[in-house]
This record gives sequence, C-alpha cells and structure tokens, in this order.
Amino acid sequence: MKATIWGCRGSLAAPGPETVAFGGNTSCVQLELSDGTPLVLDAGTGIRMLGIELARTPRRPIHVILTHLHLDHLEGLGFFVPLWEPGLEIHVWGPASPVDSLEERIARYLSPPLFPVQLSEVPSKLVLHDLPDEEFALGSARIRAEPVSHRGPTVGLRITEHGKTLVYIPDHEPYLGAGPAGVEPEWLSGFSLAEGATVLMHDAQYFEHEYPNHVGWGHSSVDHAVSFARACDVRRLVLFHHDPMHSDDQLRALETRARALWGPNGHEPTLAFEGMKLALDTEVEAHSPA
Amino acid sequence: MAQTLHKSLALILAREFAANIATPVSVWDERGYLVFFNEPAEKIVGRPHAEVGELGPSEWTKLFAVERIDGSPVLLEEMPVGIAHVEKHPSHDMLAFTDLKGTRHEVEVTAFPLLGRANELLGVVAVYWERGGR
Repeated sequence: MKATIWGCRGSLAAPGPETVAFGGNTSCVQLELSDGTPLVLDAGTGIRMLGIELARTPRRPIHVILTHLHLDHLEGLGFFVPLWEPGLEIHVWGPASPVDSLEERIARYLSPPLFPVQLSEVPSKLVLHDLPDEEFALGSARIRAEPVSHRGPTVGLRITEHGKTLVYIPDHEPYLGAGPAGVEPEWLSGFSLAEGATVLMHDAQYFEHEYPNHVGWGHSSVDHAVSFARACDVRRLVLFHHDPMHSDDQLRALETRARALWGPNGHEPTLAFEGMKLALDTEVEAHSPA
Repeated sequence: MAQTLHKSLALILAREFAANIATPVSVWDERGYLVFFNEPAEKIVGRPHAEVGELGPSEWTKLFAVERIDGSPVLLEEMPVGIAHVEKHPSHDMLAFTDLKGTRHEVEVTAFPLLGRANELLGVVAVYWERGGR
C-alpha cells in the first residue's frame, strides 16, 4: 500500500507564498493498493490535482471515502475530473446519519446556489454508500470505519493490507473534556482504530497555547496528537490538518515541538505535506518538504 | 470486576459530559454494565467510581440496595435504567437507595437510552435528583 498526500490543510484552503512547503490544499490522500484499486480518502481541494492524475490512467472504478462532510473534506468533489467522465464508476462512501441519506447531504453542497450543477446531472456512474459498522473489503485492503470525536457524524479509518495498517483520523479531538492523563484506552476515542498502526495520520491543528481557545471545535493540539499516538502505540505519526493560519515557518516549529514531545524513542513525528509519499510495505519516507 | 471493552463514541462522550457537570449521573453500556458514575453520584453510591470500576448487573445490585420509597421491593426491569435498557424508551421514577454506609437516599431517577442509527442500543444514561438534596 502506498499513500500520497494531495492535501493536508485543515478547515480552509490556504494557498500563497507562506504555505508552499506544506501546501494549502485541504484533505485528500490517495492510496494505491497492491491490486491497483484506486482509493481516495476525503475530497478536499487536493482531489482536483489527483483527479487530473487519475484521468491519465486506465479507466477503472474509483472509491472515495469521506470521513465526514465538512466542506474542507468535500469541496473538491465537484472538481474531480473522473466525476465528469460519462459512465465511469465512482463509489463514494461516507458516515451514516440518522436523518438524511449520504446523497441528500452531499447534494446540499453539490447543488445551486452553492454549486452550479445538480448532483443528479453528474454523468459518471455515481454510487453512494453509508460506511458499514463492520470491517469490509475494498480491493485488496480491509477497511474499518468508526465514529470519532469531532463535530457531526465523523469517522476515522483503519486500512490494512498485507499486515500493514494506515490509520487516517484527520479531524479528531480525543481529549475533549479531559486531559491525556488518566484516560484509559477503552475510554479513548479512536483508540481501537489506531492501536498498533504502522502509520497514523492525525489531526494536530493547534499549538498547545492555541488549544484553550478552540476546545470543542473538534481538533487536536500537537501535544494531544502525540499523546494519542503514544497511547495507541503507533509506529509512525504523521501530523495532519494544518491550521490555515499557520505559515510554513510556524508549521516547522510545530513539527519541532512534536518531536520534542515524542522523545528519543522510535520514529520521530513528521508533518504531512503535499506530495508526501508513504510506502507502507517498505520504509516510510520521513523527510520534511523542501 | 467485569471485562472492559472499548467504548462506543456515544458512551465516551456521555462519560465526558457526566464528568464535567455537578448533577449526579451514571452511564451504562449496551450490556447493562454500570461503566461510569460521576463524583456527584458517589454520594448516592457511597464509594468512588475509581474504587468500584465496571460492574455487571449481578454486581452493581449488590453495591447498593434499591427499593421503592414505601420500602417495597423493585425489580431491576422496573427501575428506570432497566426500562430504558430493555424497552429503549426514557423512564422516570422515585426510588430509595441505601448506600454501603447504610445511609438511605430518596432519589428521583430519570434514565434514557442512547440509540444508534439503526435503533440499536448503545447504552443508557441515568440522572439523579436526591430529595432534600442540593
């Protein structure tokens, strides 16, 4: 399994000279499974460039899994080139809601006045699925989606192939209402997803001093992200969902802080950046962006 | 001590909610295990949750004696928590709890089920108001 990050910015796309190193596109991760199944995690603005890339490859069904439907995870879907290829099979998976179907909820954005075209006008063969409660097979991978602590129905994803596990929890506030000290694993949101992961991509939107003003917004501070990864005994932590107000220099400082918190043992945490490639079957790339 | 399982997000958030308010609250999982009660509820139970841990139905009924206000017995399935668990709808009653120290508390109890999207039971939350209490 190989992962490529096409967008790791949180909340709002943040292009500009101060964000070129880590990138300004919102959440989108491409997974290449060993059987060739194209799998896309989230449809933030990063999916636009991925769509251009996928359009150059032979046509085959594409699976897009949405962790939740906040705009920074959905707003790129309408600009995903394969969506406009007549007849191409595209499966979109998302968290279930007790009220509206996934199609109804996605259509709130992909319809006027927020978007010029109706979802029903999409020419590809769009198939929408509620993510099941049980683990399921998708291509050569096994996938488990579980609700995690964020605002609104939101899942984290555990994707396993050939004994390697990528866990993707881009939006997560695991220590809401409680600090990391004294939270037993069975009471920790996301623990059963992330336990023993080869790679954990996890929300680390805030510096510690920023978090108190954002409690309950559904995101983690850097120390909470490190504590969560340590509690789950993950092999490598990739920090994700960068605050749109953070420049490259600030993000480098955040990465330094994460490494200090992590300590000397094991793989030091890395900040996600656009273009980052992770080969889970071999050694995970660890360098920072240029 | 009951076997501990990883909790659903609904239970995790219910516990954090309970842990941050001054109203006595207990949280029960889908099996009917008492998995948490907050500090204000310790007055009714008579012991801290940290000492008690998770308790199955056959265990927590030994922790404190429950009866009707007039002293007549009440079955587990007649208690608000039992009704919320079995019938999956909210329930309210007034009961008397005798804690481990022998103190009798007359308490109004409201219990409500936590239901998932397919109407599956995720747990039960019970809220307590002691008569003559704060």
